[in-house]
Amino acid sequence: MSDLLFGIVSTMGKLAVVVSALMGTVSVMTWVERRVSALIQDRWGPNRVGPFGLLQPIADGIKFIMKEDITPADAHKPIYTLAPALALVPALCAFAVIPFGPTIELLGRRIDLVIVDLNGGILVAFAAASLGVYGIVTAGWSSRSKYSLMGGLRSAAQMLSYELALTLSVMGVLLVAGTLRPMAIVEAQGGWFWNWNAFRGGGQPLGLLIFLVAGYAETNRLPFDLPEAESELVAGYHTEYSSMKFAMFFMAEYINMTTSSALAVTLFLGGWQVGVPLPFEGWSLAILQILAFVVKVGFFLFLFVWVRWTLPRFRYDQLMNLGWKGLFPLALANVMLTALLVAFGLVG
Amino acid sequence: MQLLAFFVLSLLALVSAIVVVTHRNPVVAALALAFNLVAIAGFYFLLDAQFIALLQVIVYAGAIMVLILFVIMLLNLKQELGGRPSGIVPRVLAPVLGLVFAAILGRAFLSLRGGFPARAPGYGTVEAVGREMYTRFFYPFEVVSLLLVAAMVGAVLLAKRRL
Amino acid sequence: MAPRALLLVSAALFTLGVLGVVLRRGAITILMCIELMLNAANLAFITFARQWNQAEGQIYVFFVITLAAAEAAVGLAIVIALFRLKETTDVDEIHLLKW
Repeated sequence: MSDLLFGIVSTMGKLAVVVSALMGTVSVMTWVERRVSALIQDRWGPNRVGPFGLLQPIADGIKFIMKEDITPADAHKPIYTLAPALALVPALCAFAVIPFGPTIELLGRRIDLVIVDLNGGILVAFAAASLGVYGIVTAGWSSRSKYSLMGGLRSAAQMLSYELALTLSVMGVLLVAGTLRPMAIVEAQGGWFWNWNAFRGGGQPLGLLIFLVAGYAETNRLPFDLPEAESELVAGYHTEYSSMKFAMFFMAEYINMTTSSALAVTLFLGGWQVGVPLPFEGWSLAILQILAFVVKVGFFLFLFVWVRWTLPRFRYDQLMNLGWKGLFPLALANVMLTALLVAFGLVG
Repeated sequence: MQLLAFFVLSLLALVSAIVVVTHRNPVVAALALAFNLVAIAGFYFLLDAQFIALLQVIVYAGAIMVLILFVIMLLNLKQELGGRPSGIVPRVLAPVLGLVFAAILGRAFLSLRGGFPARAPGYGTVEAVGREMYTRFFYPFEVVSLLLVAAMVGAVLLAKRRL
Repeated sequence: MAPRALLLVSAALFTLGVLGVVLRRGAITILMCIELMLNAANLAFITFARQWNQAEGQIYVFFVITLAAAEAAVGLAIVIALFRLKETTDVDEIHLLKW
């Protein structure tokens, strides 16, 4: 098989695996969200459809497909229809640079388990986060409803503000690793688990904390979900959407959560590294490493749901204060401290 | 393969630019400009300038255009009133420019011969751009950061209700 | 794909930008057409950087993007201040300096 054909087939295979894994994660997350939130609130949650309510996502999917698709008469139809796609596509694209496994050998050739290994790889994730704002802003505006517009603008302002803290918190990791390639960042965190960037290996516990908080704000999850919670109180940016279009926003939010968790795992917690030096090689190690990645991402997704039902919601001005006057200077201080540590050779 | 990508990207860039220039609704024009910026980033990828392409998406398409969209929605700008523009400059200049545009476009698709020289190793990577930036262009880099501070202060002062 | 074709696409985008600045009446849309012109120039810079295999052109594009951000911010602040005064962004209406 020629190199080009092998390259195309392997990339298609990786794409199929990642996209199906993401869609599967979305449906599992709907169940996890409802079940875990119910158990935290001392009630049962979905337990009728299948054992432990495990077939609930299928029921939800059927409901979304069968629901009537209502479009407000006054809405700007082209942009109203485009907005869910604008929200979903960047969310999916961010996963193109996240390595979900080591380099494996297949048919005598090496495949990196990452869809695209760009030289500035981490920037693709931030580019996708930046482009994700468009879906929200256009959804809010095209619904031609006062409350949708306010919700959309607030959400966009929140996402823009926390993008700064998000990017700066990652800067420390990039200083330590010396490269922007996610695969290289993960490979540098090999060996024992204290080699990971959140611990002694990179000295970035503060970076991880800032990244998580900024990640919650970027994905519009509690405690920063005022743009969506307005739909409980007044209205939010996806209030005029129904059926499949709403489902696309829903999916975009869960995929953003997964990307955020996967980025945190890749940058701060060793990606697919198992954290314990193992004596064996080859396929069994590769499968164990992919499993390690899945478990770590799953833990952060569980953390998303856990925090949602534990902390109260921030008011909008408190939110903006925290972003600009709290997280941003803290992230800057983290970068300066890391730069000093790297210059004196204490880390990296 | 590269030629196909070039054709598709130029088509997307030119069509979205035409939408920016002609559409009545400012929000649609802003979205078309964002699309155009991403198409230009595609051009940069085609020309091996990976770092600048990603910067273009993050900064230009992801921040500047969102800011412009913000202001359009904040001011609740309706569709622009059309009507023939008054004055001799728009009435003469615009058709002339239109003809120039048509001639340029015709010329562009007739001159696809030739190519670029071979790419230097490490061209367009973060390391290459960073090395140039922090050695030869260190002073402009610092001056630009001062300029950004000045722009921030200016924007806040101009938009305040009361000083 | 030849350097000439890319430069001519850049020239076409620039011409469209100039057309927009001349023909449009909203202040913000004129700002957007100015951004279009800046991008056309950036495309030319990157083309030449690739032609001569130097990083210098990319550095210039970096600075142009930064300057475009600063200019957009200040320009929009001016438009907002003007809007507060005149309730419109139509450049034909903003003629306080006319006789």
